[in-house]
Formats: sequence, C-alpha cells, structure tokens
Amino acid sequence: MFKKFQPSTDISGQTAVKSSVQRSLRAGLLSQWKIDPDTLESIWPKKENITLVKCRDHISIYALNGEPLFFQHFDGPLYPTLRLLHKYPFILPVVRVDRGAIRFLLAGAHMMCPGFTSKGGWLPPPEEALPAGVAVAIHAEGKEHAIGIGITKLSTEDIKKVNKGVGVEVVTHLGDDLWALQKV
Amino acid sequence: MSAEQATTAAPQPKPPVQVLYCEVCTFPPEYCEFGSRLSKCKEWLKSEHPDLYDRYYSEEALQSKLGTMSLEQQTKLEQEAAKKEAKAEAKADAKMKKKMSSQVQIKRIQRQKNKYVTAIHGLEAFDIDLKKAAKLFAQTFATGASVTKNAQGLDEIVVQGDVSDEVFDMIREEKGVLKGVPESNVELIEEKKKKS
Repeated sequence: MFKKFQPSTDISGQTAVKSSVQRSLRAGLLSQWKIDPDTLESIWPKKENITLVKCRDHISIYALNGEPLFFQHFDGPLYPTLRLLHKYPFILPVVRVDRGAIRFLLAGAHMMCPGFTSKGGWLPPPEEALPAGVAVAIHAEGKEHAIGIGITKLSTEDIKKVNKGVGVEVVTHLGDDLWALQKV
Repeated sequence: MSAEQATTAAPQPKPPVQVLYCEVCTFPPEYCEFGSRLSKCKEWLKSEHPDLYDRYYSEEALQSKLGTMSLEQQTKLEQEAAKKEAKAEAKADAKMKKKMSSQVQIKRIQRQKNKYVTAIHGLEAFDIDLKKAAKLFAQTFATGASVTKNAQGLDEIVVQGDVSDEVFDMIREEKGVLKGVPESNVELIEEKKKKS
C-alpha cells in the first residue's frame, strides 16, 4: 500500500477530526484491536485531538501531534503504524514467517502460505484460528519485533490446508515509505 | 510471546515496549542484516550498544541463525547482501555528487522599468523546504514571496523586489533553513525584460 508513497505529492491535506468521529474511531479501535481502554488512553489521551491526513488512493492516516498512529484504507480495518505496533506488540494477532521470507517481505512482496507453514513459520493453533480479512502483525523467525503488518487473505486454517499462493497481504513493512514518514 | 500477555491482564495501562532503532538504517538492530548498509550499522551498534552487538553478531548467534538454512543458501544470501550494499553505496555516492554539482540560481527579473522580482531556483536540491524558505524571505524583506512553477515546470521561489544580493548573503551566512549550500554553487543572474 505504501509503495512509492511520496509525502510531498501523495498527501492531499490535513484536517482536524470531529469529536463525534473521534469517538467512533476510539470505539472502532477498542473493538478491532486487542487493547484495553487504559492502554488506549496512554496511546491516545482523551484530551488530545487527532488529525486526519488524507492521502492518495483513499488512504487516511491518523496522526497525533504529527506522529502517525494508525491508518485506514477506505472503510477497512484500522491498522496501527509499525512503530506503534513495536511499542504495543499485543494489539494485533501474530503470525510468523520463516527466515527465507524476510528478504521478500522487506522488498514489499505479499506473504505466501508456505512461509507460514514451514518449520520457521508459526500460525495460531486451530482453537484460535483467524478468519480471512483480519489485520495481523507479521513477525519473523528468530526476531523479537514485528517486521510488517498485513491482512489475511485466507483464514489461518485455509492457509494450512491450501499451502499455496498468497496467504497474507502485506500492508506496511519495515523500510517502506510509511516507515520513512516519521512526522507528517 | 503469549505468556507475558496473560500475566499482565491488570486494568492498568500496559507500558509501551521501548524499541531501539538503528540510527543508520532506522530498523530495529535485529533487522540491520537485511538493510543495505549492514557494515555501517554494525559499526554503529558496536560503538553504541556493545552488549547488543554481541547478541546479534557473535559466533553463536550466527550459528543459530543458520539453523533452518543450508550452507549453500546462506552463502548465496551473503553474496547478494554484499552486492546490495555496494549498490546502495554507489547510489548514495551518486546522489551526493549530484547534490554538490547542482547550482542555485538567483535571478533578477525586470518587470517594469524600475520594478524587479527575484527568482531563486535550485534550493530543493540541498534538502531545503521551499515553502519555509519562502516564508523566511517574506519575513526578512517584508515583501511577498511564493513558491511557483517556472516555465520548465520546476519549483522556484519568487520574491518581490530586487533582493538578489541580500539573498546571496543569507545563503552564505546560512540563515534559518538555508543550510548546507556551498557558496561556490550560488550564482547571480540578471534577466532583462525583452523589448517588444
């Protein structure tokens, strides 16, 4: 999503967000992320007003004091930025890819099923299976921090079954243009 | 990673994890090996955080990383990494060279018999924010200054009035945002209005 994203040309404007919209955003975050209200309060204090940064292709980034916190595509799920995810790694369910996939992930490729099912990869067990279309944190074999954020294209059970083709679409990854955008 | 989640389910806000980022490539240091400036990252980590350096680049760490990969794959990967690094370096060099050779032009353009505007072109090559620079000019000279596209479609700053000498001095003294422009790269040009 953030391939060839140039802040100077691809950001069309910044606006303050209405408080009613902020309330619904807050509710959305609480329902979509594994986060309790107090932690959200420390990320985004109630008093602080968030700004909406509109970008090309219907991407909206929400920033607090110029620091991007989370973003959204159309009305899709809310994704935290990778820096926020590093600070609060528990807010998204985790999947892990093997070492061989890291190189491709950092080049912006989508993650294929075998990367999750091989020895170095990890998927939630059947009782915690994730459906398709869920935001996930992508971790890498032998690494502590998340390497990217993606959205599942198949449910995790299907990934194990099919074991072919794209399993998780990468939304943002280490070193992409959103990563480079530290301040807006 | 799920073990510590269960223990900290208290209603208190969870403190953020402090993540160290490499100052060279901005990645967390464990991912430096996939960046394009590995050797510089290594140097930085060694001098700033020797304990972490030992953790990521000691012999055992390298050995355990080999775990799931065959030797053949590993050597191939290393070669590619070296290649990538060389490429990135060449790119950075070329960029630097281009920067050093690019010119900043201060042009005095005659509008009326005794009315001039000053156009400053080429500042963006030195990573100067044109909008901020225009604001600075507007403030110091108390005139209008704006960022406009010139005939070639490139951005330039147009300041009302003849301030070319003053602008030249400002760039030389590195006032405000006007930083990092070598004096030799600045040239003053005069453009007369064509008689028609």
